[in-house]
Amino acid sequence: MASGVKPRVKAPKKVAAGEIATIKCLISHKMESGQRKDKEGNKIPRSIINRFTCDFNGTNALDVTLEPAISTNPYFQFEVMIPEAGELKFTWYDDDGSVYETAKKVAIG
Amino acid sequence: MEFSRRDTLALGVGAAALTMLPISVSAAADDAVAAFTGGADVSETGVELTAPEIAENGNTVPISVEAGGAVAILVLATGNPTPGVAQFNFGAMSGAQAASTRVRLAGTQDIVAIAKMADGSFAKAQQTVKVTIGGCGG
Repeated sequence: MASGVKPRVKAPKKVAAGEIATIKCLISHKMESGQRKDKEGNKIPRSIINRFTCDFNGTNALDVTLEPAISTNPYFQFEVMIPEAGELKFTWYDDDGSVYETAKKVAIG
Repeated sequence: MEFSRRDTLALGVGAAALTMLPISVSAAADDAVAAFTGGADVSETGVELTAPEIAENGNTVPISVEAGGAVAILVLATGNPTPGVAQFNFGAMSGAQAASTRVRLAGTQDIVAIAKMADGSFAKAQQTVKVTIGGCGG
């Protein structure tokens, strides 16, 4: 597992039913592209997050395949339809097999 | 300055390598496009790609894509060592077929976004970004 990985999500706590909410999320990750070389001229092996998904109450909203061209600390902004109260679940999949998860509750009101 | 036989040869090889390079790079991007579209026709309208005209730092270039009615959007950086950037697949709970992120660009190049619409057609948008400092390390 890459060190110091911390997911951060900004989502509204309360929305009107059927509203489209803007979600911003960022995860701290060095996203080593596999192109860089160290001082000795050896290639630093690739280590990135290769997939990100966002689900609302178990239904998928966004599924992103990431390539090495995504910047350090991958950031995404997107929109999710919120028809009812529930939970937004965010999942990041690392190249080394680790999975980082976080969730946000959304209320209607 | 006088050119020796060796200098002249080296110049020739260098020039040949320079002209070969862009061709091989765009071929990789074309392959990625073909793999995504399956060789189908791609229309020029229906996708909006927003990227800065000039990016000072190629390490983080903010881009956003939007395509109403799309099920997936593929983003490519044609001048990078590997052209793939990201593929966004929109699910049933998606509020709008739009997303923003930050990308790395190795140098001045075209960014291409290709959207796969719900009816199976494809649309594309392209924009040139000038990069002052490349983002691939070295």
